[in-house]
Amino acid sequence: MTATSAAAGNPTSKLIEIKDLSKVYGAGSIAVQALRSVSATVEKGEFVAVMGASGSGKSTLMNILGCLDRPTSGDYVLDGEDVSRLSKDRLAGVRNKKIGFVFQSYNLLPRLSAVKNVMLPMLYTGHNHKSDKERYEHALATLESVGLGDRAHHKPNELSGGQQQRVAIARALVNNPSIILADEPTGNLDTRSSQDIVSLLHELHRQGATIVMVTHEMDIAENAGRVIYLQDGQIVSDQLHASHIRDAYSNADGRTA
Amino acid sequence: MSFWKIFRIALEGLTLNKVRSFLTTLGVIIGVAAVIIMMAVSNGAEAEVADQINAMGANLIMIQPAMERGGVGQRTGPPPSLRYGDLAAIEQNVTGIGGVSAEQNTDREVKAGKVTLTNIPVVGTTPGFLAVREYGVAQGRFVTDEDNDKVNDAAVLGYGIAQDLFGDQDPIGQIIKIGTYKFTVVGVMAEKGAVGNTDYDNRVYVPIKVVFKRFVSSRFARDNLRVVYVSAQSKEMMASVQSQLNTLVMQILDTTPESPGFALTTQDNIIQMRTSATETFRNLLAWVAAVSLVVGGIGIMNIMLVSVTERTREIGLRQALGARPRDVQFQFLLEAVVLSLVGGLLGVAAGVGGSYLFNTLSTMRTEMVWSSIPLAFGAAAAVGIFFGYYPATKAAQLDPIEALRRE
Repeated sequence: MTATSAAAGNPTSKLIEIKDLSKVYGAGSIAVQALRSVSATVEKGEFVAVMGASGSGKSTLMNILGCLDRPTSGDYVLDGEDVSRLSKDRLAGVRNKKIGFVFQSYNLLPRLSAVKNVMLPMLYTGHNHKSDKERYEHALATLESVGLGDRAHHKPNELSGGQQQRVAIARALVNNPSIILADEPTGNLDTRSSQDIVSLLHELHRQGATIVMVTHEMDIAENAGRVIYLQDGQIVSDQLHASHIRDAYSNADGRTA
Repeated sequence: MSFWKIFRIALEGLTLNKVRSFLTTLGVIIGVAAVIIMMAVSNGAEAEVADQINAMGANLIMIQPAMERGGVGQRTGPPPSLRYGDLAAIEQNVTGIGGVSAEQNTDREVKAGKVTLTNIPVVGTTPGFLAVREYGVAQGRFVTDEDNDKVNDAAVLGYGIAQDLFGDQDPIGQIIKIGTYKFTVVGVMAEKGAVGNTDYDNRVYVPIKVVFKRFVSSRFARDNLRVVYVSAQSKEMMASVQSQLNTLVMQILDTTPESPGFALTTQDNIIQMRTSATETFRNLLAWVAAVSLVVGGIGIMNIMLVSVTERTREIGLRQALGARPRDVQFQFLLEAVVLSLVGGLLGVAAGVGGSYLFNTLSTMRTEMVWSSIPLAFGAAAAVGIFFGYYPATKAAQLDPIEALRRE
């Protein structure tokens, strides 16, 4: 599957469709406009990097895309379902089934083994008739798919940073989500481990996964097929190749610094 | 998400910090133990009283001289008292009575052959004693009216005394010495055992007039009866017998209702006296239980709030992975309940052990009430739910974005 631009999408393959998305924190004179009428579309199978200076609104955008937060106004259609007005319970269900999170700080539960950590999302999947054994075996298989089958029974503190992030990626994959949201997945890693994780994401993308990744690092963003650049709560650049926005990126840095 | 899965998560959370969990449950442990001991003490006291009533005979009324109020200018000296001859008057004039008897006790040395027993209660009484106290003779006969009329030196031995003095020998017709006087053994009482502080088998019964003649020192008060026992035929007759006695005894003593000079005491009064001591103890334990459970509950609430704060990130993560607010709430509520139930379990052990220790190490009699165990467990669970609700709700209401950001 090849990357396609936001403009040239086939309607049936739209995975994320946001329209006039706004988010305001607070009210009255202290109100902060975190997102201003943002519209974008992500096709199935795309690997999108989101960039922007801190305070540009990318975290807010990721929270809304991850169904952790609801927009003040605008629409968000995820996989054909309008999720912008769902209740907390329904949002939890959407997160559980359609979204796989990868965090900068891994967020593994320290007292659980790797495989138990990977099993966590399945605990919250209602109406699934899998037995404990099936769940365990599925989690183990998912760990193997990210190359950590031999570390399944290690606690997080017995794993390197790169290995911990692999466990987190396995956890994100285990419920077979529609999209993987990675928030600076390499932010806490050294160069070699970063490269490891990026190639793993690449591999997942090659196998057909849809990935939206926030990053600060240009060379990481270059791995994505498309880069969205945010500034002051608006999309200022949406390019198919990272190299095209180098200028915008440096300009923005110059302005905000 | 199934109950057992959340239960397992809750247990995992608690085993994270075992010492802290144990200290937290201490209040619940003490509270539950207090509930169980309290009920055992109360049950033991009731059983004790029931035994004493059975031992004393049922539907008993005691007539005793009233305590002198001792006001200035009032008549001094002993209050008017019923005499031996008045027993017959009571027996004849009051309807609905089962029996009338009087008792005059004195502690003496009892000797037979080479065996000497010291400090034996010698009970001077009348034939009515058997009916009033619902007590029986095993061998020979009891004290008769004739014994009293003739002031016979006849003795009826308690079961234990007969064993001590004569062993396998037949005691009937044997001569014993009570103090310096010789008595002929005419009977042996049925075995009754000890009730409370009274060992019924360790007594000797003689005609009351013999006690007056041989053992009461005051010449003037010789046949004054300190206590007259009257039993009513049934519980329903009690009120009637009491009012008849009131009128009759006032006539006999020539007193007025304002200053009757005597008091009627029933078993109910005695039971109240006897149980007041254990009741105080029981009430104290009830307070200990209530306060401990509340303090234990506050402890649980406190530790759960700490736990929610410590595990904010975990909560945020679980929410991100699809836990609904109610899943989070249930997890923490269950943790609180598991905590209090573990306390309840240890408390039950402490309570059962404590009841046993009370029984063996102190004079207080305790009897386990097995139904107090589910009750105590219920109380512990209720404490867990009540005091766990707030922290659990607080956890459920956390915003996942904020929670994930927390260090």
